[in-house]
Amino acid sequence: INHIVHNGGLYKRPFNEAFEETPMLVAVLTYVGYGVLTLFGYLRDFMRQWKIEKCQNATEREEQKDFVPLYQDFENFYNRNLYMRIRDSWNRPICSVPGAKVDMMERVSHDYNWTFTYTGRVIKDIINMGSYNYLGFAQNAGACQEAAAKVLSQYGAGVCSTRQEMGNLDKHEELEKLVARFLGVESAMAYGMGFATNSMNIPALVGKGCLILSDELNHASLVLGARLSGATIRIFKHNNMQSLEKLLKDAIVHGQPRTRRPWKKILILVEGIYSMEGSIVRLPEVIALKKKYKSYLYLDEAHSIGALGPSGRGVVEYFGLNPEDVDVMMGTFTKSFGAAGGYIGGKKELIDYLRTYSHSAVYATSMSPPVVEQIITSVKCIMGEDGTTIGRARVQQLAENTRYFRRRLKEMGFIIYGNEDSPVVPLMLYMPAKIGAFGREMLKRNIGVVVVGFPATPIIESRARFCLSAAHTKEMLDTALKEINEVGDLLQLKYSRRRLVPLLDRPFDETTYEETED
Amino acid sequence: QEKEELIEEWQPEPLVPPVPKDHPALNYNIVSGPPTHIITVNGKECINFASFNFLGLLDNEKVKSAAQASLKKYGVGTCGPRGFYGTFDVHLELEERLAKFMRTEEAIIYSYGFATIASAIPAYSKRGDIVFVDEAACFAIQKGLQASRSNIKLFKHNDMADLERLLKEQETEDQKNPRKARVTRRFIVVEGLYMNTGDICPLPELIKLKYKYKVRIFLEESLSFGVLGEHGRGITEHFGINIDDIDLISANMENSLASIGGFCCGRSFIIDHQRLSGQGYCFSASLPPLLAAAAIEALNIMEDNPDIFQTLRAKCEHIHKALQGISGLKVVGESFSPALHLQLEESCGSRENDVKLLKRVVDYCMNGGIALTQARYLEKEEKCLPPPSIRVVITVEQTEQELEKAASLLKEAAQSVLN
Repeated sequence: INHIVHNGGLYKRPFNEAFEETPMLVAVLTYVGYGVLTLFGYLRDFMRQWKIEKCQNATEREEQKDFVPLYQDFENFYNRNLYMRIRDSWNRPICSVPGAKVDMMERVSHDYNWTFTYTGRVIKDIINMGSYNYLGFAQNAGACQEAAAKVLSQYGAGVCSTRQEMGNLDKHEELEKLVARFLGVESAMAYGMGFATNSMNIPALVGKGCLILSDELNHASLVLGARLSGATIRIFKHNNMQSLEKLLKDAIVHGQPRTRRPWKKILILVEGIYSMEGSIVRLPEVIALKKKYKSYLYLDEAHSIGALGPSGRGVVEYFGLNPEDVDVMMGTFTKSFGAAGGYIGGKKELIDYLRTYSHSAVYATSMSPPVVEQIITSVKCIMGEDGTTIGRARVQQLAENTRYFRRRLKEMGFIIYGNEDSPVVPLMLYMPAKIGAFGREMLKRNIGVVVVGFPATPIIESRARFCLSAAHTKEMLDTALKEINEVGDLLQLKYSRRRLVPLLDRPFDETTYEETED
Repeated sequence: QEKEELIEEWQPEPLVPPVPKDHPALNYNIVSGPPTHIITVNGKECINFASFNFLGLLDNEKVKSAAQASLKKYGVGTCGPRGFYGTFDVHLELEERLAKFMRTEEAIIYSYGFATIASAIPAYSKRGDIVFVDEAACFAIQKGLQASRSNIKLFKHNDMADLERLLKEQETEDQKNPRKARVTRRFIVVEGLYMNTGDICPLPELIKLKYKYKVRIFLEESLSFGVLGEHGRGITEHFGINIDDIDLISANMENSLASIGGFCCGRSFIIDHQRLSGQGYCFSASLPPLLAAAAIEALNIMEDNPDIFQTLRAKCEHIHKALQGISGLKVVGESFSPALHLQLEESCGSRENDVKLLKRVVDYCMNGGIALTQARYLEKEEKCLPPPSIRVVITVEQTEQELEKAASLLKEAAQSVLN
């Protein structure tokens, strides 16, 4: 049963999201697997302590051995005993442009991943299903690169000053006007790092006496920004509108926890596409709730800008909504625009306030000019203002690639999470040994994938995550699908029993909300 | 129903309070063209005394061509964090070069200068640990401390006696509860050259305190990297201290190296931990390769021309002397510090009026062809807000005549505005 939401006409197109339940046998086997690993971990630690086995990690200086130890032993238990076994799946060094095909430096380890040596050989033309290159703008040739090269020779690489002091170049002003026009908002402001955009601006918007309602699976930058602001944080279940409504009602009716005074403001933090689940936020319902309860909405479109919507303008366009309904539209330039940095768009008063009071504007260096130029050129390309239809074609290609890839994987029998239209495709692996095995087998077949385990995901739900790109041709996708099929059979990953649980029927507990206060 | 009424009645505050149109921080200076030695601010050409381009590497042709080559090979962005295909060979090379230059075991790169120290501190210091930090620490350090949820103890700026008093107090506390003391980590966070006051920290005394009270030292060298020391290695070279005595050195590459980003260096035992627990490292895209290549080339230039550091220090001494004796303004900062502050000798009552007065001085100098800026702070968020001041930055590219011109223009401005 596929769950299709219409909800009284709020959704103009079917909203197809599915999270198939973990099969019971698989869950049990996964726990057993982790149990065995933990036992071995204790055994190994014991042997290392009694010097039966050589201790391979770096140790404290002789002169400082009587200082308080910097790391507690059990903090690093997971690191030493589980992560270290499959460490070669991460931090893979590449030496070419991170496009659809990438060259990787070959690494080998002679001591079970404690140290790596580079053989000097380069593995060429690996199909890249791991980089966030949704619209294929990670290119080292073409209009964007030429414009960036020109700006680099004119302006240099760095800026050496903050926005408020002497670092505000004419290029920054041009970028901000363009981004505002692209998003359909009054005004926008750009920052040098996407992570820092969240962690430095949320504290500027809310403070003590305000309430933040944040989704369960929000990104670390949103969580850090919420904590630094000093406001009270309450978490609602992932993408669950009943949970959110209940929290909103309770907040307004009961007020602040001890004093019973009314809250100063309520800010809802959601993301456009959640990168670990591949789910899209239920934006029409969130906006309806926001209007009913007079709260403010902060939308983090890190993955969805450029990747959703018929002309790439993000999740607001995908649902056919008005950008003015979202109070704070935030996004990053790293994923779809092939550059680096973040932006915030909204009403003019909001942006003026941020220009004055944002931590980044006062204390952090402004963006590098060639990076700014790359963003300007790529945004113009997506909007079609450079005179070609490349932008439009890419957005359509990405949508086609997404639908095709997801359909084929589901047909093969894998458990795939997330919304049908999201270019982030998580494929469930569950068992710890399969995490390492999947990454290595795919690399042997010249396909680079990203595997994620604890702590980025819940402990039994480890997954492989594919990021589709407009630069992937159908041949590349077919090759990838063939190899995934082979590896799936080899590792027995085809768990799907086609019993898709309708979303609204997932039990959610009515009783409590979790309140995290510092 | 009652609940419905309450929901109807509740009125939130506006999302942001309105900002008055003439707020001093709202209207930015617009720089057209590159922010190099000769800078065009708001349409007027001036000599740049406001960008932290200490070694003049912003405009260097070799640096630009290295960045161009990298751009042709890798494009602009890295499209991923370090863990997921965002590690390029340039990053690995830059980390090796930095570690070799600073003579430590390992270095780690961040893609944003502010995030470097703000992610490094919470990776080691957690709830329940104790951090002794100088009052004049910069905002990035303050945010790092806030994110770490540790106990913060501020000591008076550069006052070793005050620090020792706090350490002794902590020792007596420890004796009451030795079990807890055995697991509470302690850190001292200081800056090599303070951004807010322009003076250096007394590192040899700090090392003595470190071994006496068993505290670890984190040193923030954003301004002193590439400035102090015979080869530009920072304050440890300046004082001749063994680099292994400092647990962690953090610096940003946005001042002397004229690139973007930051790095931490130290022993592998310490630095390797940040690769899994530094938030700004794990959850953020890596540094664009062209900026990493620019930083490598800048390091090459620093290694090949070790005499620029002496030249820079000589220029700093020159202007420090020339700016003494301006009526109404006093110079704050060491004589060899390339980032000085000019504060009002007598405040005229409120901070707002002081800021307006300094703005008039700055405007006068801009009209005369010297680009200066006021030091900007977030007034409500800083723990110890420094008084309003004008920031004067000395770079290697400024000639003797330009330094003289700046000094005399400032004297004139002070005369006309403050008297």
